[in-house]
Amino acid sequence: MFDFLDSGQYDLLGAFWVTAQLALYSAIGSLVWGTALVAMRVSPVPLMRGFGTAYVNLVRNTPLTVVVVACSFGLNQTLQVTLGGDDFKEIGFRLAVLGLTAYTGTFVCEALRSGINTVPAGQAEAARALGMSFTQVLTLVVLPQAFRAAITPLANVLIALTKNTTVAAAIGATEAALLMKEMIENEAQALFTVFGIFAFGFIVLTLPTGLVLGWAAKRLAVKR
Amino acid sequence: MSGVAVSKDNEDAPRAQEDLVVLSGVNKHFGALHVLQDIDLTIGRGEVVVVIGPSGSGKSTLCRTINRLETIDAGTITIDGKPLPAEGRELARLRSDVGMVFQSFNLFAHKTVLENVMLGQVKVRRTAKGEAEAKARALLERVGVAAQADKYPAQLSGGQQQRVAIARALAMGPKVMLFDEPTSALDPEMINEVLEVMQQLAREGMTMVVVTHEMGFARSAADRVVFMADGRIVEQATPEEFFSNPRSDRAKDFLSKILHH
Repeated sequence: MFDFLDSGQYDLLGAFWVTAQLALYSAIGSLVWGTALVAMRVSPVPLMRGFGTAYVNLVRNTPLTVVVVACSFGLNQTLQVTLGGDDFKEIGFRLAVLGLTAYTGTFVCEALRSGINTVPAGQAEAARALGMSFTQVLTLVVLPQAFRAAITPLANVLIALTKNTTVAAAIGATEAALLMKEMIENEAQALFTVFGIFAFGFIVLTLPTGLVLGWAAKRLAVKR
Repeated sequence: MSGVAVSKDNEDAPRAQEDLVVLSGVNKHFGALHVLQDIDLTIGRGEVVVVIGPSGSGKSTLCRTINRLETIDAGTITIDGKPLPAEGRELARLRSDVGMVFQSFNLFAHKTVLENVMLGQVKVRRTAKGEAEAKARALLERVGVAAQADKYPAQLSGGQQQRVAIARALAMGPKVMLFDEPTSALDPEMINEVLEVMQQLAREGMTMVVVTHEMGFARSAADRVVFMADGRIVEQATPEEFFSNPRSDRAKDFLSKILHH
């Protein structure tokens, strides 16, 4: 059943390694960008709040394919942005990370915002009364508690992100979905085996994410 | 009446220099509700002022305007001669000199008791960690919760949490302490442990503004009682004078309701 894999024609592990890297870099990027977005959304500066709200509502409601393809055609082919990549594969990978980060950051932002709502307003008031700046109140008191409260929704976002990396195939990043497409074309007789292999590969990537973060959510919960 | 500061030696010229918190012509609205109406209040250095009055009289709001947790629509507030700044670094600096204790304690739930008392010192005052910890432990000792230093707020009783909150505010070395109904969320048997700490502070000469329903505390610790109703300061006097001989009908009515059962 799996004999077509023995030909050495398909680099399954390599493709999933690219998927894992895409997911990892995009996860780091979207956690940082999502945190910046949520800081804007709760900031006292109306311009920042306005930008945060507009960005989240615009990008969150745009299909990911559109965002990623816009990165490739818009940024790369029209504006010649390469993000320091040398060849087509590398540029595609970096643009995919950019697109995934821009998109997933909005969901991270909203998960964190729900986490912020679990922090009693009085604690922020107490922090301000001690003389802390807005940034200190946010980074020392509000966000550490918001992150812990938002671990479960953040796990959802990260699992969705891992699976969303398949969209990067559209701009030529050599990840799992691109290889799957190639294998479906060449190995039509083993169609369901191919599906099974890739489904299993993604479960291997996402299941631990869910389990580890589920455990962390319980472990790190702030007692009230 | 509301414009007069009734501190003990009000007429003495040097006393005027000792004014620490001065509110004049302060007005505030919550929508159509006029919660603070032409408030004039002067608090001298070392003075303990207890603000009492019925619910909704504006006493908590008054307390919160002093460190600008509530903004005001009109009037001025000065602390130690400096007008209260608008938002920003200046305001933060001023707030660090004004300690505040809340009804609901508001300890940082993700930090231990010790960390709660250290955080402001280290992050706002830029005190070295070791020094901040020593001060925090001494303050926790002073309010009687030193044994709980490594616990989280949720593991403490209400009375213990409130005493930690007092230590947290004291750690900043404030010029004045604001207490916004500090015992209202406590079980009855825990009220005294908090009031005792406050009594001790008052004896040590801390300038205090205390919004409370604890008439016993007002009697024993206050230099002056300020009675508020419907957003106005109706009457202010020494505790003996106020409790034995209230002048306004509003105050007589209030006292008759709370003292006769």
